[in-house]
Amino acid sequence: MAATLSVENLNTTFFTKAGEVKAVDGVSFEVDKGKILGLVGESGSGKTVTGFSILGLVDPPGRIVNGRILFGGEDLVQLSEESMRHIRGKRISTVFQDPMMTLNPVLRIDTQMIEALLAHEKMTGDAARQRARDALGQVGIPSPDERLKAYPHQFSGGMRQRVAIAIALLHRPELIIADEPTTALDVTIQAQILFEVQALCRESNTAMIWITHDLSVVAGLADDICVMYAGRLVETGTVDGVLDNPLHPYTRGLIGSVPSRNTRGRPLNQIPGMTPSMLSLPKGCAFRTRCAVADGACEEQPEITAPIDGRGVRCFHPHMDNPQ
Amino acid sequence: MTEPNAPLVGLQNITKRFVKSLDLTTKLINLVGGNYREEVVQAVDDVSFTIGEGEVVGLVGESGCGKSTIGRMVAGILEPTAGAIQYRGEDLLSLPKAKRRSVSLKSQMIFQDPFASLNPRMRVRDIIGEAPVAHKIVSSDELDDYLDEVMNLCGLEPGFKRRYAHQFSGGQRQRIGIARALAVKPDFLICDEAVAALDVSIQAQILNLFMDLRKELGLTYLLISHDLGVVEHLSDRVVIMYLGRLVEVATAEDLFRDPNHPYTKALLEEVPRIDNRRRNFAPVKGEIPSPIDPPSGCYFHPRCPHATERCKTEAPVLKEIGPGRLSACHLNDATG
Repeated sequence: MAATLSVENLNTTFFTKAGEVKAVDGVSFEVDKGKILGLVGESGSGKTVTGFSILGLVDPPGRIVNGRILFGGEDLVQLSEESMRHIRGKRISTVFQDPMMTLNPVLRIDTQMIEALLAHEKMTGDAARQRARDALGQVGIPSPDERLKAYPHQFSGGMRQRVAIAIALLHRPELIIADEPTTALDVTIQAQILFEVQALCRESNTAMIWITHDLSVVAGLADDICVMYAGRLVETGTVDGVLDNPLHPYTRGLIGSVPSRNTRGRPLNQIPGMTPSMLSLPKGCAFRTRCAVADGACEEQPEITAPIDGRGVRCFHPHMDNPQ
Repeated sequence: MTEPNAPLVGLQNITKRFVKSLDLTTKLINLVGGNYREEVVQAVDDVSFTIGEGEVVGLVGESGCGKSTIGRMVAGILEPTAGAIQYRGEDLLSLPKAKRRSVSLKSQMIFQDPFASLNPRMRVRDIIGEAPVAHKIVSSDELDDYLDEVMNLCGLEPGFKRRYAHQFSGGQRQRIGIARALAVKPDFLICDEAVAALDVSIQAQILNLFMDLRKELGLTYLLISHDLGVVEHLSDRVVIMYLGRLVEVATAEDLFRDPNHPYTKALLEEVPRIDNRRRNFAPVKGEIPSPIDPPSGCYFHPRCPHATERCKTEAPVLKEIGPGRLSACHLNDATG
């Protein structure tokens, strides 16, 4: 069975005055039905641009320069803007970090939801209202009939994010791209949303890409992980595989610097230096200037290899517990 | 409560109310029979705790629980509506103005957003150097050497002092904010979500800097955060707040090993951890109530799985439940 989405060697470059920025550089991954893929990286690692590229939302000076995005047998990169509009919001939908930016503050929730429904489907207003109501109920909003008539500012942050998720679910999409949707929420509210998202994906068999900087969220939610650094995938695998046995020095550093992984009161393990500017990446492996095991070989760009079945790592010196 | 050291800062029955007074229009409408009332938010409700000399106290809670308001009152930015704040035994609020200024100088604040908290039109040397000169900690002649010293301490390259804040990354900017606070030789740092905006790898660097500074300068910290991982790692004692009230106070070890209050338990269970895999989330129900219109009795009762009739009517008081441990929950009475 083909994967719901298959990204092959995606390259998205921004042609800025200061130079070319390869925001996404040779990224490949797949997401299957009913699976959640965690796309993890720090600021500027290209995780959001990857999501935008799939949705066809990269604006000039950015452009997809190479690669294929296969979705339901079609290559989204080749599609016209008109055909993309029929897919975006219907078969692939998205949830962003800030629900106040997603929702129009001067329109009632019902107006916005019904508009989204009628944009893609011929249906009566009553049927659309019914669908909108059901979607709100599905994401755990109490008394959905009354809440439909409310404006976004009348909702709390968590409720607003639920509305955004409900809108993403309206057309029963095959793929949802969620970009840091719980980052701005409180712990107890985040837990509620994670709980509902997980249940919804399982029930409706929707594939999902969860973009985040937070490894702990991915640990509890996702099936697979892709770790990005400076526009490139550096490590891929199952959640357990990557988190229990990280192969790439960057992934090891990230996991090691999480406070709960460290002995209380001892200095935290830290990755030295800072994220390099995308305009002047070190030659070869972009992580080598911060890496403890880098040597002369790392001045060449490493390819993704699979030292263990089902895992991918872009490193000449992956950490192996049992070197063969 | 037993203190390891003499308290540096003491909060006694601190209350802060924010009142949105009526404007002219609503007053006029009220004259002709309108029914507008002033909106009152009880941001902080009768809070008392102490911070020992050299201690790191973590202040934890969700949005709107009043943790930042407490930080601002301790730093002297806001005046409490009622209650007293003591600094080394002196009542801060009743001191004469000049004296109060010199005492307040010993408490410095580090803010969350390293972009908004630095003036974009000032060079780093002015951002860090303005206060120590104004407060006559160094003369302008010695400022340059002093800046080198402070910047080195915070892991900043002193050669960058003619640069502007926007020329630095987020982590570097947070270091500038820390250097600015340290430049006036404080004893006490209030860190309000100081690492929340930073990437994980940078966050670890800043947290390590906090720990190094504590060792080198003997600083005391109030660490305000929603991130339990950070609090657990750095704090000696933890204070948990919910909707303006304290719900639990305990040493970090006790609190994370054996939380007492149902809210603390919920927080600890629901914080995503890297070792919790594809679990079935079983979240606490309900929203955080609005502080404008809090529930009756115990503020947590509508969301609490153990709530009884008593919780709906009677607000629990903070009681000692063990050595150095306080909790505000009626359940502790039932179990003796």
